[in-house]
Amino acid sequence: MRELVCIVCPRGCHMRADDDLNVTGNFCPRGEAYARAELTHPTRVVTSTVRLAGGLYRRCPVKTSAPVPKELIPELMELLGTVEASAPVAVGDVIVRDVLHTGADLVCTRQVPRA
Amino acid sequence: MTDVLIIGCGITGAATAMELSHYKLSVTVLERENDVALGATRANSAIVHAGYDPRPGTLMAKLNVRGNALTRELCEKLDVPYRRCGSLVLAFSEKEVETLRELLDRGTQNGVPDLEIISGDEARAMEPNLSDAVVAALRAPTAGICSPWELCLAMAETAVKNGAELHLDTAVTGLERAGDRWLVHTGRGDYEARYVINAAGVDSALVHDMAAPHGFDIRPSRGEYYILDKSEGKRVDTVIFQCPSERGKGVLVGPTVHGNLIVGPNAEPSDPHDVSTTAQGLDFVKETARLSVPSIDFSQSIRNFAGVRANSGRDDFVIGFAAPGFLDLAAICSPGLTSAAAIGEYAAGLLKNDGLALEEDPAFRLERHRIRFKELSPRDRAALVAREPAYGRVICRCETVTEGEILACFRSPIPPRSVDGVKRRVNAGMGRCQGGFCGPRVVEILSRQLGVAMDEIDQDRSGSRVLIGETKGVREDV
Amino acid sequence: MYDLIVVGGGPAGLAAALAAWDNGLRSILVVERDRELGGILNQCIHNGFGLTYFKEELTGPEYAHRFVELLRGTGIEIRTDTMVLDVTPDLMVHMTGPASGYRVEAARSVILAMGCRERARGAIGTPGSRPAGVLTAGAAQRYVNVEGYMPGKRVVILGSGDIGLIMARRMSLEGAKVLACVEVMPYSGGLTRNIVQCLEDFGIPLYLSHTVTDIRGRDRVEQVVVSRVDQNRRPIPGTEMVFDCDTLLLSVGLIPENELTKNAGIELDPRTKGAVVYENMETSLPGVFTCGNVTHVHDLVDFVTQESQRAGAAAAEYVRSGEPAGESVSLRNGDAVSYTVPQRVRPGSIDKSVNVFFRVNRICGRSEIVVTAGDRRLAAFKRDRLAPGEMEHITLPGKLLQGITGEITVSVKEALE
Repeated sequence: MRELVCIVCPRGCHMRADDDLNVTGNFCPRGEAYARAELTHPTRVVTSTVRLAGGLYRRCPVKTSAPVPKELIPELMELLGTVEASAPVAVGDVIVRDVLHTGADLVCTRQVPRA
Repeated sequence: MTDVLIIGCGITGAATAMELSHYKLSVTVLERENDVALGATRANSAIVHAGYDPRPGTLMAKLNVRGNALTRELCEKLDVPYRRCGSLVLAFSEKEVETLRELLDRGTQNGVPDLEIISGDEARAMEPNLSDAVVAALRAPTAGICSPWELCLAMAETAVKNGAELHLDTAVTGLERAGDRWLVHTGRGDYEARYVINAAGVDSALVHDMAAPHGFDIRPSRGEYYILDKSEGKRVDTVIFQCPSERGKGVLVGPTVHGNLIVGPNAEPSDPHDVSTTAQGLDFVKETARLSVPSIDFSQSIRNFAGVRANSGRDDFVIGFAAPGFLDLAAICSPGLTSAAAIGEYAAGLLKNDGLALEEDPAFRLERHRIRFKELSPRDRAALVAREPAYGRVICRCETVTEGEILACFRSPIPPRSVDGVKRRVNAGMGRCQGGFCGPRVVEILSRQLGVAMDEIDQDRSGSRVLIGETKGVREDV
Repeated sequence: MYDLIVVGGGPAGLAAALAAWDNGLRSILVVERDRELGGILNQCIHNGFGLTYFKEELTGPEYAHRFVELLRGTGIEIRTDTMVLDVTPDLMVHMTGPASGYRVEAARSVILAMGCRERARGAIGTPGSRPAGVLTAGAAQRYVNVEGYMPGKRVVILGSGDIGLIMARRMSLEGAKVLACVEVMPYSGGLTRNIVQCLEDFGIPLYLSHTVTDIRGRDRVEQVVVSRVDQNRRPIPGTEMVFDCDTLLLSVGLIPENELTKNAGIELDPRTKGAVVYENMETSLPGVFTCGNVTHVHDLVDFVTQESQRAGAAAAEYVRSGEPAGESVSLRNGDAVSYTVPQRVRPGSIDKSVNVFFRVNRICGRSEIVVTAGDRRLAAFKRDRLAPGEMEHITLPGKLLQGITGEITVSVKEALE
């Protein structure tokens, strides 16, 4: 039996899952899905920044368009350190497609005009 | 070769430099830190004392009373915040009333005008938040408050504008007599001077010992304070003291010229440069202050700080020639802020008596003005912003300080080199959020004005970096 | 003369302005002190916003962007890089900006949406030296996410508010070592899911009932000392732990930024540190409304949006037809409740229902939220768990409140198990 707190929404359900991945304590089906994923192949949406050339700010916020395997996060952060976008950027612009072959894209989350 | 070299640019060094800049002399001021006013000058009670504390007949007594009058004049001429708010010394017992009588007597001998002892009820009529336990008070209407660091800065700027040279980040490492002059060794090369003035604050005994046989000790005494939000700023209108003891003037409660309430200090022996606060010290200050003004709301505290006073164990300043051409202005403890201008004047007299020719420089100007957006009328604000748009952008929202004011201080005779340097010049970051909002913006302005990257900007003294590098690349060396 | 001036272009101001537009006002000015709209959301680059309102998970800038896009289709006037300095009791709004100049604009109604500020070191009286490297989590967030600089690389976080937790993860991702998160209370001040995904994911220990008792270092932070505290939150001698670090981040609470409100003579609530408001977010000064974190500190922006929409609609209604009539009833804290918003309701003006937000002052397990008027029990709501870090709300049907005079009490009764 494993206990875990759901991170899908701010409600933060306290859940339990047995060895056969039967989940209890969840308020909604997303919690059950989260618990199963967390116990088999945990994933996270990663939010961070990349360098931005010629923009009003020196960094552009980005996120993965879908959750990516947790164990890939360090590698992903290394990759982000090498990426540079160019202003202007718009919300939803794909900065890196299929990042680390996860199927998720790295997308821009803020509109930043040129300086 | 300079005529007079001053070691230290706190309030004493700055006042002396300004005084000497009246004359056709070459004056050099060496300051160890990256700004003026970084020792006791920036961390004290900010009181312009009336002058009833010092023992009659001491130099301290004379300089305090003279300094009280001079400081008021100077603040007006140099556009430094000052208010003659008066002070009360409280007595809680008959025995303490006896102390008030002694203070009154001393004050009278020292030439302090308009002192009077009033009843507890009269004191409460003046200050409704005083404790019911107050039985009498010594009222000193000539006591005042000012901005100590701005006064120091204004005097140092005046000196620089009138020809004095100020070298920051220049620590004196040794003094050597070479014929009729002094060789001053520093971390940045040697200086030659006819006269050396020791205004080194808590390190004045060390500097003295570089030039002369050991003469006095500095027994640093640390005092801790609270600064409360402006919502508490009207808790008292005058400076409220308790009866002094052998440990000092005790815990006071007073208004500040910036509209806050200041509460402190305690007095504990300390390392000369340790300006840490302690839980015990702050608790003591809080509890002691409540004896005077029980209703102070300490939940409105916005900052604690501590300052170290250059006490010497004597009841007077250590002022005088210790070696040929070497003048101590040392052990300037309380009332050093009040006395500074008078010390400068007195020091000039000592140099003159020693044979230094003091010829008035007709080009000398004693004036300074800075724009305080917050204090302007709507009409003046509109005109100013139309003329210089940078005055329209508010950077510090707590204190309503504009970008124009910050940019102006980079064009002043002593431009800031740090975030706190900007704070001391224009008050940005002094308010209730303590720079949480404007800090990053001030760092960015400093970076632009000084032409360096944001991660090279110091919070305060040299080396106190706000940021340690860029994102995307610290991993390797954690 | 504007029908409505909105002070602040963050999530509260934008939602309020849009709601006022949707409710028919056509002369609306939004004044924002930053160069861009969106307020603090622009530096909150993490996700978790919008699940309630948009039914999808957005980052802060994306959430703000949705409203900026909606604004584009309206005639709402925007003035950025402009700060409001004063709102007078007769609704003259003084503002200044480098491009817009110093202006005084008249308004028929005003919405105050200035947000909040972070408590700083002085407010909590942490002893020690005063080196660089002690900063609020929000300031660190701006440096890291917007400016692209690191405030340090070995970090201790004091306070377990959400911004502190988010910054623990953010700085860890950027390569810093976060050594500890220290919370003086016996429970976390942030959302449970942030404890999991920001601390546990990165192996960062959370020390509950602990606080920082000393800061050491002359120029930069070199060490902080952490001690356990007793039930009265006093440090226990002998429990000191020393952390070698270069940074102390403070996440020790948010305070609504109500200087304008205070100067306008509007009644403030010492519990929320925001204005006392009626059910429609109107303050004690007729025509002035307030919403978002300037009213009370929210945990979720989605609720800010909803509350602000009420304020916007109410401002429109006020401009159209003047102040809602009717006697008001006060809401009072009952057991375990630390505040309510609104603080007053006018039963006669409630259309269908009224949303009451509140926080509890301690952790409560399975509980019943009970609403009473005198001896009368008006309503009860069940909850599995309530925590001070999480804002609660209940919806009271208008018809329940009809005829009530005096006070309404909201209390939490914990079930004995």
